[in-house]
Amino acid sequence: MRSQALLLLVAVSAIAADHESLLIQNVTIHPVTSAEIKGGSVLIVDGKIAAIGTKLSARGAKVSDGKGLDLYPGLINAGSNVGLSEISSIRDTVDIDEIGVFNPQLKAEVAFNPSSEHVQIVRAAGITTVLSLPSSRGEEFSPASAVDAPILPGQGALMHLNGWTWEEMALKRGAALDMLFPIIPSVPRREQTIGGPPQRTYSELEREYKVKLEQIANFFEDARRYAHAKAAGEPDFQPDPKLEAMIPVIEGRRPILVRAGKERAIRDAIEFAEKEKVRIIIADPHDIGSTAELLAKHGIPVVLGETLTLPLKEDDAYDSQYALPGQLFKAGVKFCFGTFDVEFARNLPFQAAAASAFGLPPQDALKAVTINAAEIFGVADQIGSIEKGKLADLILTDGDPLEATTSIKAEFIAGKPVNLESRHTRLYEKWNARP
Amino acid sequence: MRTLLAFIALTCAAHAESILIRNATLLTVTKGTIQNGSVLIQDGKIAAVGTNLSAPAGATIIDASGKFLSPGLIDCHSHTAVEGSVNEGSLSDSSMVNIADVLDPSDINIYRALAGGLTVSNVLHGSANAIGGQTIVIKLRWGKPAKGLIFEGAKPGIKFALGENPKRQGYPSELFSSPAAQQRRYPGTRLGVEDEIREDFTQAKIYQTRWKLYNEDRAKGVHPIPPRRDLRLEPLVEVLEGKRYVHAHSYRADEILALIRTADDMGFKIRTFQHVLEGYKVAKEIAAHGAGASTFSDWYGYKYEVIDATPYNAAIMTRKGVVVSLNSDSDELQRHLNWDAAKMVRYGGLTPDQALAMVTINPAKQLGIEDKVGSIEIGKSADLVLYDKHPLSNYSKVLKVWIDGHPYFDLDQDLKDRITLADRKKDLIAKEKAEEDTAKKKADTERRAVDKKEGKLPQEGAL
Repeated sequence: MRSQALLLLVAVSAIAADHESLLIQNVTIHPVTSAEIKGGSVLIVDGKIAAIGTKLSARGAKVSDGKGLDLYPGLINAGSNVGLSEISSIRDTVDIDEIGVFNPQLKAEVAFNPSSEHVQIVRAAGITTVLSLPSSRGEEFSPASAVDAPILPGQGALMHLNGWTWEEMALKRGAALDMLFPIIPSVPRREQTIGGPPQRTYSELEREYKVKLEQIANFFEDARRYAHAKAAGEPDFQPDPKLEAMIPVIEGRRPILVRAGKERAIRDAIEFAEKEKVRIIIADPHDIGSTAELLAKHGIPVVLGETLTLPLKEDDAYDSQYALPGQLFKAGVKFCFGTFDVEFARNLPFQAAAASAFGLPPQDALKAVTINAAEIFGVADQIGSIEKGKLADLILTDGDPLEATTSIKAEFIAGKPVNLESRHTRLYEKWNARP
Repeated sequence: MRTLLAFIALTCAAHAESILIRNATLLTVTKGTIQNGSVLIQDGKIAAVGTNLSAPAGATIIDASGKFLSPGLIDCHSHTAVEGSVNEGSLSDSSMVNIADVLDPSDINIYRALAGGLTVSNVLHGSANAIGGQTIVIKLRWGKPAKGLIFEGAKPGIKFALGENPKRQGYPSELFSSPAAQQRRYPGTRLGVEDEIREDFTQAKIYQTRWKLYNEDRAKGVHPIPPRRDLRLEPLVEVLEGKRYVHAHSYRADEILALIRTADDMGFKIRTFQHVLEGYKVAKEIAAHGAGASTFSDWYGYKYEVIDATPYNAAIMTRKGVVVSLNSDSDELQRHLNWDAAKMVRYGGLTPDQALAMVTINPAKQLGIEDKVGSIEIGKSADLVLYDKHPLSNYSKVLKVWIDGHPYFDLDQDLKDRITLADRKKDLIAKEKAEEDTAKKKADTERRAVDKKEGKLPQEGAL
């Protein structure tokens, strides 16, 4: 809709004609980065938040009555395969885990299916942005011990869950380079190997691991030489998409999202980042050992995977995984949450709330699924909180969006109202009407 | 002091003790919510429920001000405490095998589930075959031997399975992905699964008749040769006679309806459909048959037969008169079934009481134990969970769990035990290392002695 001249009583500027504008009134605003505002209003102009206040009015703007509901920024799932995987057990519908060890040139956004059922299902839970990654969960699923296991499976993209094409949906391409850090897998106990293929010994596995570390070092060295040759304009320079994709990484502009589940891999990754002088984000850790302080010291952020998961060892405390986010918080590590899957991606807010039941302050659980994710992936100027100048990614709820009993009543992505229907609601309506 | 008393209770085996839990918000499930309520536990049972109960002499008093008390949670679909594999997949009907034979009471997941408020589980086989085996209902009495876990008086069951899983071993060899040791076998289609169950019950009915005739002859004083016992058909006869419940793994509406019709034709009942993600399409038929539905809250997208899954399934089935429970099928999910119940308020607008019923009284009804557990009512077992917040809040945490009036989980105690256990672990590791060192030293000394005897030791000054 087109507005005529707008007059703001509180906001300073008059807004010219020919701008799309919407005024959401009568809501409790939870900006995340500042105190809540009761009886507040938010003015959206051209998809962005133009003003926030208690007595806003805007002549010519479409007005939406929030009926005293709560307004939060849209939630961010900072690790998923949404858009790239439809039915996880049917390979034809899955576009993750490409063949090859080093594929830093692969881009998640180009295969992001805007018509995936998951897009509508996930956004109906208040999640407005996802980081879509080109790989599955790492060491658990891809045999990192295999010589040809992927190490750099491609670039993840931050995707808005609204739009006609992936180009419209891409909020930030190349938001991170996915990396499955090599590990020395534990040698299975004897009884587990009966009937199976012969097991490799620890020293064989260790040798493979060292070979892979060397491969990584060589690849990064190649990338540096390539960047240097390109910058120097050497006459015999030949473009190479793989190495080209590494330039933002070695220049520190694109972080590496390192899947590192256990303490050893986390320490290795930190050492690797120091040596290669690259920016890393640790992803999906479950056994951090004593690395929390180390992560805090180096200012390395973390994307946490599922909170609701079993302890790794039989004699771990029952809540060892539930308490992990709280421990990182106390150590001063900056983190956000992902789910590293598709079919439970919508349950992201409940993972954050569960962490809160076990030691993470509630306001920090909310930050973890909003502003922290935006800051970690370098888009805090656009999303992650309700602030003037940011994109209007907003959810209107009847309570705390981290509670399952709360309903998402309305949603806006870049100022556009989003349809909250999905395959799930359509089936509900159709079959609820069966006589 | 409270912790100390709880600790004493934990270590005390007798039932005699009385416990009064005071000033809690009681979520009775069947009789609404009672603010500032009290529950008196005596002899393992709920002896009184009200607002102004006074403690009998010698009773342990627990002040639960600001806290919430619910009945113990019940999971109608679990594989916890099963030793080894859950599938005896070699036959398409393996009804002779029994989960009770492979219960592992030392499975740590029992304790972890307790810490999430779970007190009762229906422990089932997997879904590799049309008829999978006999099932057992357990109470999570952590620390008791296998026999002590069994829920006294709960009817045993049998696992059926429909759809993709039981037909997988009948796929053509080029699609066959199971271990090579497993033979390809019938059935390989939903048509075959339907027929398999029909054939098995046809045999069971013949077997039942043989025994009937035999027993009639014996009553008449005739002594014929008894029929040969068939351990595969016996449990199916028990199903026909209403002595054993059928729990049927299922997804699609067609297979659900087909099994209902098989059961109608053969004269038995399906007690519960498990997973039953398309149950909402045939809710009317499920309700008419009298079956319950034990489903997932919001699982979808993991295989083709769940293409029409919707988290509104439970709401539709509830409104069409089906008794619905939410199950875990998972060692992790069983630790927070209350949070799965909370989702039902979002998906389909059920009330908090209806949602909580799906993990308490409804699964109790499905397992035929609703006279003993599933709500806070006088006379029922004192299976209770104390939370710091409302259990439907995703910020809530379990503080204490009682089964039959015994404290089986106590958060304060757990936190203390961690320190003791860590110390004990350290001691054990040190002890093991010391023993290893001693053994090594001993072996070295012996080897040296032998070497010396055989003259292998280098002579001093030889180099």
